[in-house]
Amino acid sequence: MLTIGILALQGAFIEHEQILHKLNVKTVQIRQLSDFTENLDGLILPGGESTVMGRLLNELSLYQPILTAISNGLPVFGTCAGAILLAKEIINDSKLWFQTMNITVKRNAYGRQLGSFKIAASYKDHGIVPMVFIRAPRIEKVGSSVQILSVYENFPTACREKNMLVTTFHPEVTDDTTIHSYFVSMCKEFHQKREIK
Amino acid sequence: MNKERYELNKDLAKMLKGGVIMDVTTVEQAKIAENAGACAVMALERIPADIRAAGGVSRMSDPQMIQAIQAAVSIPVMAKVRIGHFVEAQILEAIEIDYIDESEVLSPADDIYHIDKTEFKVPFVCGAKDLGEALRRINEGAAMIRTKGEPGTGDIIQAVRHMRLIQAEIRRIVSLRKDELFEAAKIMQVPYDLLLYVHENGKLPVVNFAAGGVATPADAALMMQLGAEGVFVGSGIFKSGDPKKRAEAIVKAVANYNDPKILAELSAGLGEAMVGINEQEIQLLMAERGK
Repeated sequence: MLTIGILALQGAFIEHEQILHKLNVKTVQIRQLSDFTENLDGLILPGGESTVMGRLLNELSLYQPILTAISNGLPVFGTCAGAILLAKEIINDSKLWFQTMNITVKRNAYGRQLGSFKIAASYKDHGIVPMVFIRAPRIEKVGSSVQILSVYENFPTACREKNMLVTTFHPEVTDDTTIHSYFVSMCKEFHQKREIK
Repeated sequence: MNKERYELNKDLAKMLKGGVIMDVTTVEQAKIAENAGACAVMALERIPADIRAAGGVSRMSDPQMIQAIQAAVSIPVMAKVRIGHFVEAQILEAIEIDYIDESEVLSPADDIYHIDKTEFKVPFVCGAKDLGEALRRINEGAAMIRTKGEPGTGDIIQAVRHMRLIQAEIRRIVSLRKDELFEAAKIMQVPYDLLLYVHENGKLPVVNFAAGGVATPADAALMMQLGAEGVFVGSGIFKSGDPKKRAEAIVKAVANYNDPKILAELSAGLGEAMVGINEQEIQLLMAERGK
């Protein structure tokens, strides 16, 4: 059985947990260093405030071990704030976090809460899925190694680069499991490769 | 407010969970709060402890002051309006506030009616001291609830009382037979469908934070262990000896509220807590405003 860690320092981590449980995946809440163990098959960086999570990652000594794990191929899925944590560049913020993914994001690109919105759009070849954008960032630029999985108004809203998946929207607040299933399959691959070793 | 907008507003509250929302009165304080790890700030002219001390009528803050704070931080900005004062709410919506707190901390503008929050696009958070109040506010369109506690006192007793009461009432509603819910709805003066949601899900249909009296990391962790999904800290931070340090400690306490070892570390050497007022010394019970 797969075990996926969910960063549980702040934000909508319980929603991710509920969806993964629907998919029969075991989850662990990562609140401190001792929670972040070797046996994880994947990691979710949830929605919330990137400034809060980034700060607490450092304070609780989680930053370096997670960075190392991502660099070593641990599948990671960042939603909204989680995508900001992974971005190589942030247009309107000087504070950067993991910087492992070749994307440039703009925080709160659609404005304040009145600019939040919901759409239904196609995700790769997996059909139409509901997408909820809450004070969302926008991916303004991607590197050549980044695969674009979904687009809204000419900007990518879901991307993958190697073991890293990001969405600027929140699949965890809908009933749709498409994107989590996609991530779980990334984790399965990682799990199997590790078993062969 | 259409249903989709209401869902988006409830979703924003979900993104705040596990976080600390801090009262700030200046741009400098807002920046301290953001850097300390606040998930949102509440912009107001005077913190509850000072409102209490000053007396008189307390109103919505100057929009100019709120806008300055909006410009200074990247996290969501909330602001308070008086209970029932829907024009103050219209003004805050016009400046694109992220969340309106229809708050008992300010002087009520209406002693019967709350704001019809369904008429607005921006989300509202409202105070409640029992399940009935919480569900009535949700029925009026609130997308988030906070326990009232007793603002500006630094005394946690009322926040504890209100959170325990709400959680106990939720457990009681869950335990009822479905056909008993009609009578319960009648007695509690709440709509049946909201009570049915509580019965089936064992929780409020919106996010529920604790507020009113949190002064220490231990207070914040106490409220989290009692079932709060996050914490508002009003006077507790900027009425203390070392606001920055205390703010950081409370943020960490909420993230690791179940770990006494971490709580012990971050409770150490915080300097003076706010002096506070005991329950018996309170002249004005703000929690009694708006039912």
